[in-house]
Amino acid sequence: MIAYIIRRILYAVPILIGVNLITFVLFFSVNSPDDMARMQLGTKRVTPQAIQMWKHDHGYDKPLLYNAAQRGVDRFTDTIFFQKSVRLFAFDFGRSDSGRDIGSDIRQRMWPSLAIAVPVFVVGLLTNITMALLIVFFRATYLEVSAVVLSVVLMSISSLFYIIAGQYIVGKLMHLVPISGYAGGLSAFKFLVLPVVVGVISGIGSGTRWYRTIFLEEFGKDYVRTARAKGLSELRVLFRHVLQNGMVPILTGAMVILPLLFMGNLILESFFGIPGLGSYTIDAIQSQDFAIVRAMVFLGSVLYIVGLLLTDISYTLVDPRIRLR
Amino acid sequence: MVKLVFLWTDALLYVLVATVLLSAWYIRSHEHLRAPWREVLHSRLGVAAMVVLAAYVTIGLLDSVHFRMPAGGRAADGAERYSGRVLSVLDLILTPLRTHEEETYSAPLATRLYTKETVELPDGRDVRIYPRLRYGGAQLRDPARERIPDILHTVLRGAVFALVLWAALLALVVARLARRHRWRVLHALYRVLSGRTEHPWNVALYTAGALILFGSVTGHLAVHYHVFGTDKVGQDVFYETLKSIRTGLVIGTLSTLVMLPLAIVLGITAGYFRSWVDDVIQYLYTTLNSIPGVLLIAAAILMLEVYMANHPQNFQTVIARADLRLLFLCIILGITSWTGLCRLLRGEALKLRELDYIQAAQAFGVGHTKILTRHILPNVMHIVLITVVLDFSGLVLAEAVLTYVGVGVDPTTYSWGNMINGARLELARDPVVWWSLAAAFVFMFGLVLSANLFADAVRDAFDPRSGTTRGPGSGRRDVGA
Repeated sequence: MIAYIIRRILYAVPILIGVNLITFVLFFSVNSPDDMARMQLGTKRVTPQAIQMWKHDHGYDKPLLYNAAQRGVDRFTDTIFFQKSVRLFAFDFGRSDSGRDIGSDIRQRMWPSLAIAVPVFVVGLLTNITMALLIVFFRATYLEVSAVVLSVVLMSISSLFYIIAGQYIVGKLMHLVPISGYAGGLSAFKFLVLPVVVGVISGIGSGTRWYRTIFLEEFGKDYVRTARAKGLSELRVLFRHVLQNGMVPILTGAMVILPLLFMGNLILESFFGIPGLGSYTIDAIQSQDFAIVRAMVFLGSVLYIVGLLLTDISYTLVDPRIRLR
Repeated sequence: MVKLVFLWTDALLYVLVATVLLSAWYIRSHEHLRAPWREVLHSRLGVAAMVVLAAYVTIGLLDSVHFRMPAGGRAADGAERYSGRVLSVLDLILTPLRTHEEETYSAPLATRLYTKETVELPDGRDVRIYPRLRYGGAQLRDPARERIPDILHTVLRGAVFALVLWAALLALVVARLARRHRWRVLHALYRVLSGRTEHPWNVALYTAGALILFGSVTGHLAVHYHVFGTDKVGQDVFYETLKSIRTGLVIGTLSTLVMLPLAIVLGITAGYFRSWVDDVIQYLYTTLNSIPGVLLIAAAILMLEVYMANHPQNFQTVIARADLRLLFLCIILGITSWTGLCRLLRGEALKLRELDYIQAAQAFGVGHTKILTRHILPNVMHIVLITVVLDFSGLVLAEAVLTYVGVGVDPTTYSWGNMINGARLELARDPVVWWSLAAAFVFMFGLVLSANLFADAVRDAFDPRSGTTRGPGSGRRDVGA
């Protein structure tokens, strides 16, 4: 098992290198640092000195890949590629274009992100499974048909509308919770309730539909027929057999999302003014802070690969038929 | 004469329409290809969704023929001069909506502005009143008394017009069916209305009727009123949301189509050849897939912005610039979503290559290219079709989210994302301005819902066991979330 995990981690290395190269090409080759400087400083009447200054301040005044002016190892390390890209592997994110330390920003902002993303994930999973089980229990009735239609309707509504409607109705008309904002400690609760509820509701449509198909698939299998033939009640079949077996694809499928919860939810955080990593990313995109976007791209990829690893491991744990290759 | 303008997305849409028509013609002549489509046409929800989608597509295509009107006069070298504004056929049809611009916000069907303004009376005094609109209800002398009766009257006229139109449509369908099956006319009418026909004509007719009614009533009202009010700069919101349809359709279709060749070629070659080809292609899509979609899109769009800021000479008109950004967005969305399809096709090709008929073809010495195009490709096309249809609604929804994040379409492009984005601040006003949001919601919901229902019907027909293609969005991991 440990050898398997180590092998899987080694597989991840070339992928991370690939991600790193893609971001490097995107950020430094498609447009030169000069272009970026001009964009940041404004296009009109920029002196070459100002561009030089900007590049020097942000460490972009080095050659891209090979620095002929240095000697020894420095020829390769004193370059943009090494300083800005290779260092990401050590999770050294450097400074943002506005001069803040990205690493400490991330450590500080991941908690509010988790405070939203984890409840949305857990409550959402439980709600969707419960709904799906109910629909499956009442299958072949009008209740099922209307529930399926309702979930298609729910998933056809943009998540933006759920947020706007939630903020407007609960926050502005009913004054139950603040519309946006955040506070640390226990007082965070009142700021978190609405985003979590909205996040769960906007996921109900697609989640319920997807889990319903999983449970229905289980219902068609032989062991269910055997269980019924034994004389088990329908409720018992549903909860003892179908639920347990259906949970396998559901939980292993959820594994890949688990690490990504760190990244927070872009839209929810931004709408509700929660100082997490999602709103951090959006702010960086809107202020065109290339260093932060680059760091988040790398972090997101690492977390996704961790998620893939978790998925593989969980598969081997729950299903002994899968060999450790 | 007008001067036609070809935008990049226009050209690609024409290619798409031509492809659809060609494949429809091809499918008609091949029974085994027709069978699943016939099943789609038998599904009631599928037919209703198709009718709604057809209405959207018609509007979108009308909005994709662009031209510039003659400006009058001639240039120094004798060539005719054209106005700098690029219009579409839809703009021409909607001329009253497009040109009836007010001062600022006005509520749906209002005759007065939504905000008080200081107006100077003829005797020199200043008063703060809600001024009359320039166009909305301008034909009324006493809006307070005449407005409601006039609106009701117009609605009635619209409804009667719709009824006539619908009756004509009904007659057409009945006549066609009566001729084909040699039914008497009354019998055919009874069968059509009660749904006792091979295809659910009654569903199609009722859906079309609802659409005609909506279109006719709003059309009649739109001549004298702003059906969905006006926005901050006084633009008709109904016009904005109709123009947004094209953006939604372009994003929903072109994104997958741009990347389709790549996904198909890489997917089936990886599955068919296995060994190092498979490894390389798998590495490629795992790497791309591991970058969070929104961030990859954001990074790419940021880079495009930098490029555009530094090369302004390449973008002559505002619309060309906006169009290029739209196309670029489609390509980037395609890059983030092709991996899902590629993985599905690889898996299917892996299965197919072990089947007897492929083995037989190999034993006969048929070349790899021929096996791939003759034997593998036709047998994975249903997956391609289902993926394209399934991805459509997710892409339309993603546009709104991405535009909100600031990496979507150009702010000058009409799109639902831009409308929702603007509506956020309007809801914070007091009294609230809700109609922009409502209009964007209704039209976007209509498109996405019908696309979802249509996708379900297509999937049920082409992949009845739903083994390969069912999943919570094949490619879109986090954009829509």
